Amino acid sequence: MDGYLRRKTFDILARWGSLAMVLVALVPLIAVLGYLVMKGAGGLSWAFFTQLPKPVGEVGGGMANALTGSAILVGLACLIGLPVGILGGIYLAEFGDNAFGKVVRFCADVMSGVPSIAVGIFVYGLVVLSMRRFSALAGAIALAILMQPIVMRTTEELLRLVPMTLREAGLALGLPKWRVILGVVLRTGASGIATGIMLAIARVAGETAPLLFTAFGSRFISLKLDQPMGSLPVQIYTYAVSPYEDWHRQAWAAALVLVGLVLALNLLARVLTRQPGQGR
Amino acid sequence: MNTLTLPSPTAFRTSVTDESVLDEAGHAESTLQVTAGTKIRAEDVNAWFGKAHVLKDISLDIAERRATALIGPSGCGKSTFIRCLNRLHEVVPGARYKGRILLDGEDIYHRALDPVLLRRRVGMVFQRPNPFPTLSIRDNVLAGWKLAGQRPKDPDGLVERSLRQAALWDEVKDVLNRSGSSLSGGQQQRLCIARALALEPEVLLMDEPCSALDPIATAKVEELIHELKERYTIVIVTHSMQQAARVSDFTAFLYLGELVEFNTTEAIFTRPANQRTEDYITGRFG
Repeated sequence: MDGYLRRKTFDILARWGSLAMVLVALVPLIAVLGYLVMKGAGGLSWAFFTQLPKPVGEVGGGMANALTGSAILVGLACLIGLPVGILGGIYLAEFGDNAFGKVVRFCADVMSGVPSIAVGIFVYGLVVLSMRRFSALAGAIALAILMQPIVMRTTEELLRLVPMTLREAGLALGLPKWRVILGVVLRTGASGIATGIMLAIARVAGETAPLLFTAFGSRFISLKLDQPMGSLPVQIYTYAVSPYEDWHRQAWAAALVLVGLVLALNLLARVLTRQPGQGR
Repeated sequence: MNTLTLPSPTAFRTSVTDESVLDEAGHAESTLQVTAGTKIRAEDVNAWFGKAHVLKDISLDIAERRATALIGPSGCGKSTFIRCLNRLHEVVPGARYKGRILLDGEDIYHRALDPVLLRRRVGMVFQRPNPFPTLSIRDNVLAGWKLAGQRPKDPDGLVERSLRQAALWDEVKDVLNRSGSSLSGGQQQRLCIARALALEPEVLLMDEPCSALDPIATAKVEELIHELKERYTIVIVTHSMQQAARVSDFTAFLYLGELVEFNTTEAIFTRPANQRTEDYITGRFG
C-alpha cells in the first residue's frame, strides 16, 4: 500500500469511526427524551399544574405543590448561593493570584464534584437536626451549597476572559478599581455569568438526593420556610416508587416537565451568551 | 505661563553624563526658540518588574502643550515610563517604582494624592483600541463620567465636542447608539481618544497609538495629534521614528532602560549628539 492509500484509508476509518460514536452517544439522549414524551405527555393537563395531589385511590389531582415548592427552593437557593458564588468569583479573578486563591479554587473544584447526597447529609446534620424538623430552608441551603462552587468558578473564568486592556482603559479614565470591576469587568462578562447561573440552576433544579432529608416534601402548597416543602424531583421519586398506576402517570408527566424546564434554562443560557447584536 | 527654553541645560538631565550631549543641548537651545512651560518633570525615575530593572534614573522635562515622543527599540522602557506618568505602572503585580514625578510642580506619587484623580488629569490612549464592548459609541465617550457615577453638565454637547476633537464626529454622528466595537480599528482608536478627551485632561499619554492601525488610519491619528497639542500636553510612545519626526516637538531616545538623549525632535533627527542615537535613527539597530 503506498503512502497516499494508507493516509486515505486511515482518514476514512477515523472519520466514520468518530461519526459512529457520535450516533451512539445520541441514542440515550434521544431515547430518554422520546420515552419521557411518550409516557409523560398523556399525564399533562391543566389540572396537573394547578391542583394539589388527591388522596391515594382518587384519580386526578396535580403537582401544584411540587411546582411552587421547587420554585421557592430554587429561588431561595439562588438568594443564598448567587451572592456568595458571584462575589467569590470576583475575588478569585481580580485578587486571587496567590496561594490562598489557589486553595479556594481547588476546594471549589472538589466541592463541585462532591456527590449531592453527601451535601444532603451534611445539611441534615447541621440544619435539620438543630432545627428538629425538615424545612424548606434546609433544602435551599443544600441546593445553594451545590450551586455555589459552579457559579464561583464560571464567574471567575468569565471575568478572566475580559481582556486586561479593558481594565486598564477603565483605570486610565480615572475610575476607582471597584467601579472598573462593576462597570467594566462584570458588565463585559455579564452574559457569560448569566449563562453559568442558568446552568447552575438547571443543575440543582433536578437534584433529588439533597432534598430527600432536608426539604423532605409536602402535599400542600406551603410558603413557610421553616416547614417541609414539596419539590418536583422528590415528588417524582415518591410517586415513581409507589404502587399506584395513576401516580406513575403523574411521575412521568412531572419528569417531562422537569426536563422541559432544564431545556428551557439551557436555551435561555444560549440566548444570553449571544453577543449583543450590532445596531442595538 | 513661564517662559522656559526646553531642553535647557538646567532642565536637561540625563543618566548619560556625556559632555558632548550637554553641549549639543545647549546648542539646540540657542538655535531653536521654543517657548513652553514644563508640565511634567521626571526626576531619577526608576522602575522594576519583579527583579527586572526596566527604567534607570530617567530625568526629563515634558513641555506643556507640545508633543514629546519617546522612541527606542522594544523593551527599552518607553511604555513603562509613560505608565509611570499616570501611575498605571503600579497596578501590574510585581511592579515597583522609585523617583519623583512632578505634574505642575506637584509630586504625583505623594501619599495624599489619589491616583484616581491624577488619572482624570492625565488621560491615556493604548496600543490596541480598547473601547468598552458593551457600551454604545455615545456611552463609550461618556464612560469616564458615567462609570464614575457622575453626569456631565451637557452630555450631548460633550459627546459631540469630544468626537469632533477626535475627528470622528462626521463618521459616527448618525450611529451613536451602535456598539463601540462595530467600528473599524482606526475609528475605534479615535473613539478611545474621544473617550480620554471627554474628561478634559491636561495631559494625553499615547502608547503606540498607531501600531495596530493601517497607514490611512495612522495618518488620521497623526493629523489629530497635531491639532490636539494646541490644547493638551502630549506624550507619545512610538516605534516609528518617522512618526516621532512627524508629530513631535521633542524626542527622547531610550535604550535598555536608560535615557540616552533628549532634545528637540529636529536636533535628534538632524544632529544627534550620541552615537547610539545616531545608530538607532539611521536604522543600524532596533
